[in-house]
Amino acid sequence: MKVTFPHMGTMWVPVKTLLEELGMDVVIPPPSTKRTLSLGTRFAPEFICMPLKINLGNFIEAAEKGADTIVMAGGVGPCRFGYYSRLEKEILDDLGYSMEMIIIEPPEKHFIELVHKLGKLKKCSPLKALSAVRLGWLKCCVADNIEKKVEKVRAREKNPGSADTVFNRALEKLDYVRTRKDVLDVQKEVLEELDSLVSETSRQIIRIAVVGEIYTVLEPFVNHNLERHLGRMGAETHRSLYLSSWVNDHILNGFFDIEGTEEACKLASPYLNHMVGGHGRETVGSTVLYARQGFDGVIQIAPLTCGPEIVAEAILPEVSQRERIPIMTIYVDEQSGEAGLLTRLEAFVDMIYRSKQNSKKLTAVKGL
Amino acid sequence: MPLKVGIPRALFFYYYYPLWKRFFENLGAQIVVSPPTNKSIIDAGIKCAVDEACLPVKVYYGHVTALKNKVDLMFLPRLVSLERKTYICPKFMGLPDMIRSNVKDLPTVIDTTFDLSKNSSSIYRPAREVGHFLESRDRIIDQAWDDAEEFQKEFEDRLYKGHLPCDVLDSLEKGKELPVTCNMKRMCVAVVGHAYNLYDTHISMDLIRHLKNMGVKVITPDIIPTAVSDAYANRLPKRMFWTMGKRLLGSVLHYIDEGKVDGILYVEAFGCGPDSMIEDLSARYVRRDRKIPFQVLTLDEHSGTAGVMTRLEAFVDMISWRGVS
Ligand code: SF4
Ligand code: SF4
Repeated sequence: MKVTFPHMGTMWVPVKTLLEELGMDVVIPPPSTKRTLSLGTRFAPEFICMPLKINLGNFIEAAEKGADTIVMAGGVGPCRFGYYSRLEKEILDDLGYSMEMIIIEPPEKHFIELVHKLGKLKKCSPLKALSAVRLGWLKCCVADNIEKKVEKVRAREKNPGSADTVFNRALEKLDYVRTRKDVLDVQKEVLEELDSLVSETSRQIIRIAVVGEIYTVLEPFVNHNLERHLGRMGAETHRSLYLSSWVNDHILNGFFDIEGTEEACKLASPYLNHMVGGHGRETVGSTVLYARQGFDGVIQIAPLTCGPEIVAEAILPEVSQRERIPIMTIYVDEQSGEAGLLTRLEAFVDMIYRSKQNSKKLTAVKGL
Repeated sequence: MPLKVGIPRALFFYYYYPLWKRFFENLGAQIVVSPPTNKSIIDAGIKCAVDEACLPVKVYYGHVTALKNKVDLMFLPRLVSLERKTYICPKFMGLPDMIRSNVKDLPTVIDTTFDLSKNSSSIYRPAREVGHFLESRDRIIDQAWDDAEEFQKEFEDRLYKGHLPCDVLDSLEKGKELPVTCNMKRMCVAVVGHAYNLYDTHISMDLIRHLKNMGVKVITPDIIPTAVSDAYANRLPKRMFWTMGKRLLGSVLHYIDEGKVDGILYVEAFGCGPDSMIEDLSARYVRRDRKIPFQVLTLDEHSGTAGVMTRLEAFVDMISWRGVS
């Protein structure tokens, strides 16, 4: 059995560790590229949301490298993600790839259910399964901690691009180490290295939050390196979603007490008073939160036709007006390109700089 | 003067109009239904909804706009779930909030949440919440609801006898006789899609009538008893969590199994999330069986009657060539 799984941002690091620690033979799909997307687009339904197309491309490319089993998360609606795994299986079957699918459904009660389920896969002891989950989880958190730092450093680095070089190397190191102590050492070392990249000369920094559908928020390949571009433009970024908070909320049933999406859900009201699947409610609530925390702007990003995010998009103009924060919505699909995105980002960032300068003038005038 | 309650002629109007009408009337309200979809309704909807919304949601916006100055109360329920662990669609869950954000100067909105996804949920709770806009005594409201459910059941029974919802709703509204269902037809085509697309003659370009004029007997998933389509949907390898998905996919499996229809026409609304999957799965299951011709028709705000007609004719011709069973 050779297992593979779909890509989503840095997810390959913890998932690979988890599966290997359980004793499985792992094939990581090649990094998502144009080919991945065009394979997916060719075989997936025309109007399906884009993450499924890339998942499918990942699976086909992993199969080419010998994978015969897929591990992925399941779901119970209301958005399409809950049926992803099934539809993907049907498509692969029709294409003649006979791949097994191991679906990790969200546990009904407690994340220990998950540990038991995982243990059964490879008939390893619950203890071993638990330690695999713990190591994977630690890597997941460390990768997020490092990325959060990178989001700050990008806007302030001496040499553009250096933070990302360190980040990529860090992920490789993180992938390689196998003990909790080593993982924490990598974290310490990388965070220090990132600190050393910061330039002494000051530059006016703006703060922009990225909200929206999880796949587009987490995966640079589909958001066309959104955060990297913003960083170069002098914007420190923060996201409403990180892998660890998603895993904790959806797979571990909120077992760990980390920054989750609960507060954002509360703040969505009175604008949006019900969950709408995906992260629609979090998108609205986080935007409110960022506005109140003094962020300078919010970018919503989502795959075209994403239901939950369309609901949020319809409501965000009202949030923007009442909470006084600029918001821009970006949809991506297989046709969107990096150039178009750049133009829109530049315009948005310019607008924020200008309005910041104006408001300073305004206060200065008042002061006289 | 009785209070006027506005019901947009869109989305779940096509499934639940009898229930809502009878319930509100039992409570002494006067019902105002928006006119059938027309160009200006669609245009109004397109103007206030976000571009990315699916066509039926834009049409819903248009109907709300058409009603908002004519009624005291606007019925915009939040239909989250109508059965255990099953949902309608993300957009339905956010609809009242979307409308409130995007349509100005609304009258009082009845935006009660109907969520029967949990075991413990009871229909009387949301029913009473709606009822309290008109009546304070719970007992009266419960009675009004029970009676309305009876009426809805009569409506559904007529569907299960083979009458299409458009005909039954028409006879209900205008007091017309139901047309006799006739079996002497060239061929039988199952038109599969959401009721609010199929029976909104403007959205669907009146395709059911066109098919009938070509001598085709049209059947739809709505005339299959839910118990039957549910039983078929239960054969799916993974539990389907959309009510309409279950209904449509269950019907398609039923058609495949019975082998009585001469063709399946899947009518998909542009921008519909669930349809992007249900249509694809339907097509796969039909194709694997290799018997029934299957055609997809995607409707959007720009589709013209001529184009749709050509597609329909081509499909019907193709079925004729293959030879009708
Ligand atoms: S959240 Fe949006 S993009 Fe993701 S699966 Fe659901 S509908 Fe598709
Ligand atoms: S089910 Fe489809 S057509 Fe209906 S509201 Fe949802 S997305 Fe729109």
